[in-house]
Amino acid sequence: MSTKELDFGEHAARGEWWLRYAAPQAFFPLAGRLIPYFVVLAVVFAACGLYLGFFVAPTDFQQGEAYRIIFLHVPAAWMSMFLYVVMALWGALGFVLNTRLSGMMASAIAPTGALFTFIALWTGALWGKPTWGTWWVWDARLTSELILLFLYVGFIALKASIDDPRRADRAGAVLALVGVVNVPIIYFSVQWWNTLHQGASVSLTRSPSMATTMLWGMLLMALAAWMYAIAVCLARVRLIIREREREMAWMRELGGGE
Amino acid sequence: MLASLAGIIERDLRLAFRRKGDVAQVLVFFVIVASLFPLGTGAEPNQLRAMGPGVVWVAALLAALLSLNRLFAADYADGSLEQMLIAAHPLAVTVAGKTIAHWLTTGLPLTLLAPLLGVQYDLPGAALGALVASLALGTPVLSLIGAVGAALTLGTRGAAVLLALLVLPLYVPVLVFGAGAVGAALAGLPHGAHLSLLGAFLVFSTVFAPWATCAALRIALD
Repeated sequence: MSTKELDFGEHAARGEWWLRYAAPQAFFPLAGRLIPYFVVLAVVFAACGLYLGFFVAPTDFQQGEAYRIIFLHVPAAWMSMFLYVVMALWGALGFVLNTRLSGMMASAIAPTGALFTFIALWTGALWGKPTWGTWWVWDARLTSELILLFLYVGFIALKASIDDPRRADRAGAVLALVGVVNVPIIYFSVQWWNTLHQGASVSLTRSPSMATTMLWGMLLMALAAWMYAIAVCLARVRLIIREREREMAWMRELGGGE
Repeated sequence: MLASLAGIIERDLRLAFRRKGDVAQVLVFFVIVASLFPLGTGAEPNQLRAMGPGVVWVAALLAALLSLNRLFAADYADGSLEQMLIAAHPLAVTVAGKTIAHWLTTGLPLTLLAPLLGVQYDLPGAALGALVASLALGTPVLSLIGAVGAALTLGTRGAAVLLALLVLPLYVPVLVFGAGAVGAALAGLPHGAHLSLLGAFLVFSTVFAPWATCAALRIALD
């Protein structure tokens, strides 16, 4: 199958200047310029969020100080699901338009998504022990998060086992799309399985009257996680570009080809 | 088109018939896995009844998984898959035919064999009926989703383990409602809803899985 390269001049003439960034050699320097901004944003948001979470937010009268892990746990859980959808979107984009960068972006996102899934599970276990008295329950959310981790691992493993990067990208795209269709089905089936078996058990829903400082702390931490994810994915995609395009003339000029 | 579909099914069935051992191995594996559990957990009848549906379903899942690499691997190795790709009829017909043949040689025998294992787990008649019905609806879904994984892992390193990694998480909904149907029947509850949902999965995957399988095959043979 031929690789359809986007014609810079043609797109620029039509005012679609941003399409030129679909080409790795145009995106490579752009990503390099953007990374510091996202790093700064991540640090600022994390500092504010952690300050709010650990010094300003009041102690929970039921859970004591243990609840404060929420400021890591919930953003990580949000990002884990969000990143899978973003990864599938890049995969779909690459599958439809056959651009090289899309597959690289999907590859760059997968490890970060898996990391956030793992953090969500790990902090959840740490939170569950003091509040529920157990490291793990077969709650619907926990179980679907675990299966999400398996889906990430499958995606990474599939990509790693195919030598041709273009083929790996497209196979990964198919898998990510199949996975993203299945995630809601898995979630609802697990939820129903859980309610069928053990009725109303421990639930992750907290007291309804969450203090606004807690909410703000959580949102800031979620923004920090988001900015971190963008920064890390951009850095990783730069590495992937370096690796795959090392034989290209433009990369040799940059000195990345040795 | 129907003639080519029938042709592909017939060809794959004949191939399977000439290598009866492959089909038998999967069934023996199914029986052995299901028979090992009581040895590990103790043979207390109430406990056996409680875990029976799940064990039989998980064993069926693993047996179906084991047989998946048969689906395309041989045709990929000897080049006939490439010929099928450029054949006059659409690739989806080939995929559908091979998936149906795969179900006929694994899912169907598993379904027919399952009541025997159910009896080992002391399941009453109603639960055995639910077991057969849920497997009859669920095993085609296993073949359909498995075909996507089998096509994606064609020609990759460590294809067998990778296939398990890709496919097993996607089997979760089928397992939940398949074993759930038997469990509900066991508890004397209506299990029609479980079977309806399994039917919905079957319809859904019949529409979408062959599309994904075709895409994956085209990638593998690119």
